[in-house]
Amino acid sequence: MSFPTQILPAHHKHCDDLFVAAEESVQRGDWVAAASAFERFHGQMTAHFEAEEGILFPAFEDAAGMSDGPTQMMRYEHEQMRSLLSQLAAACEARDGEAYTGVAETLLMLMQQHNMKEENILYPMCDQALGAEAERLGAKLDAMLEKGHA
Amino acid sequence: MQPTLSFEQAPPISVPYRFFLTAPLFGAVAGLILAWLGPAAIESRWSPGALAMTHLIVVDFMLQAMCGSLLQFVAVVAGANIWRPRLVAAVVHPLITAGAVFLATAFLLERQLLFLLAALTFATAMGLFLTVMAIALLRTPARGMSIYVLRLAVFGLLVTVVLGVILATTLGLHEELQSVWSLLTLINVHVAWGVGGWALMLVIGVSYLVVPMFQLTPAYPVWLTRLLPAGLLLVLCLWSLQLLPGMGTAQAWQSGVVIAGMLLAGLFALATLWLQSRRRRRQADVTLIFWRGAMLALLGLAASWLLFEALPQLGGHARAPLWLGVLALPGVFLSVIMGMLYKIMPFLNWLHLQRQGGTAMPPPNMKQMIPERAMRGQMRLHFVALILLLAAVLWPALALPAGLAFSASCLWLEWNLIGAARLYARFRDRIRAAAAGSAAAPAQS
Repeated sequence: MSFPTQILPAHHKHCDDLFVAAEESVQRGDWVAAASAFERFHGQMTAHFEAEEGILFPAFEDAAGMSDGPTQMMRYEHEQMRSLLSQLAAACEARDGEAYTGVAETLLMLMQQHNMKEENILYPMCDQALGAEAERLGAKLDAMLEKGHA
Repeated sequence: MQPTLSFEQAPPISVPYRFFLTAPLFGAVAGLILAWLGPAAIESRWSPGALAMTHLIVVDFMLQAMCGSLLQFVAVVAGANIWRPRLVAAVVHPLITAGAVFLATAFLLERQLLFLLAALTFATAMGLFLTVMAIALLRTPARGMSIYVLRLAVFGLLVTVVLGVILATTLGLHEELQSVWSLLTLINVHVAWGVGGWALMLVIGVSYLVVPMFQLTPAYPVWLTRLLPAGLLLVLCLWSLQLLPGMGTAQAWQSGVVIAGMLLAGLFALATLWLQSRRRRRQADVTLIFWRGAMLALLGLAASWLLFEALPQLGGHARAPLWLGVLALPGVFLSVIMGMLYKIMPFLNWLHLQRQGGTAMPPPNMKQMIPERAMRGQMRLHFVALILLLAAVLWPALALPAGLAFSASCLWLEWNLIGAARLYARFRDRIRAAAAGSAAAPAQS
């Protein structure tokens, strides 16, 4: 079984793990480990946004016949997170621990409240609107995202 | 009718901020009352000073902060926007503030008219707030246990307010309601719903979301997320049976009901501490420490209650309820509220500034909104004040330092929150100036 309501929340958790791994390396002052941990985290965040924006959201918008509703706000929040991720990349590059932890705190709050809205509201709506197609789409999403633990 | 689903991130920032910036001020006033009245204020829970301080804290601090947060929070968890948030805030905020002042003054000066004014103001303010909140929470398509618990909490607030308005009217009219309910029965049930059905229920509902969210802890076990609200609701309903005609005040079996309630509260505190100990994010920020302090106070409350049940000569002491009250109000609820405010305000600052400035003018990050040292200092003072308040219950001679310390901690909190609000205003003005500058530039060329 691979519905969006199962695949995507699991990947949220995976991204949380990657977030923690990068933040811990920064706090230890191990910038070599931080750079690679951050790169992995950044990559999975981007993959997640692309999976939603490229596959799930358009399918939901077609099925539900609404394109200016919740998916629009989710896209907007993805943009906010992309901007914070690029600030984190810059902090990583500059090896600025203080800037990194401040931006990371902000990103974590934004990520968590975003995930909460998706998991409690949007994904269940997607499953419902997509009907039989949901499972096929879920498999496609699954293929785009990394699994397992950090 | 299709529920309107809006994923707006937040109501206007002025909506929650007016509540947040008012709340600590009345905590400071409560502390000053204690310092001013001294030991007389804590002779028993029925002393005018104790009643006035309690209501300043529960209404003007706790209810104020909780209403402000809910207006913000429901938009996020329920994905439903509150009906006309500016209007609701403009009516509810001044009325809650005034209502609590009327009520506290009524207790201190024993004025009937002020009790009636308080009843009227609360009925109006809470009538509007509860209606708007109930509509938002009932029409949401959102799922999850939290939504159910928030609904229960709003119901708990409704019961508390109805009983509170009846009580204030009774005191205002000097009428004896003995034939129907004794005053003590009404108070018993009012307090239980206020503390258990509203405040604790709200903290439980919010914790299901924010405890895992802030520190990346595992989720609360599903069985527990169901047991806590259902158990608490059952306890409150059984406790309320004393309102039935012919039941009189609390029956002997109802002390068993209270014990069950305390065990549930203790279970919640233990589960939260356990989850926090298993958090994936190791750093201990002020919000986490405030939450831990609150959960320890909740454990202390449950343990003290059980002890008072076991040793009636101790539980029957006039100041025993004050011990429980200090653990519950400043100990559990104010600690959670302070910890949450230190997380919510920096985030809201960032969120609103980011929307206005976009990527051209990225706002300061969350950790730059309130200095870490100031938050930690205030937190230490809060816990010192809490210990002094508990000590003052044991040795009332300590009322003066306890009241002053509590007052100072509330004022420091206020100062920190004002700092965040001012930083918001400064940065917003810079964004506006930059926008005006770039709009003017093409016209000049």
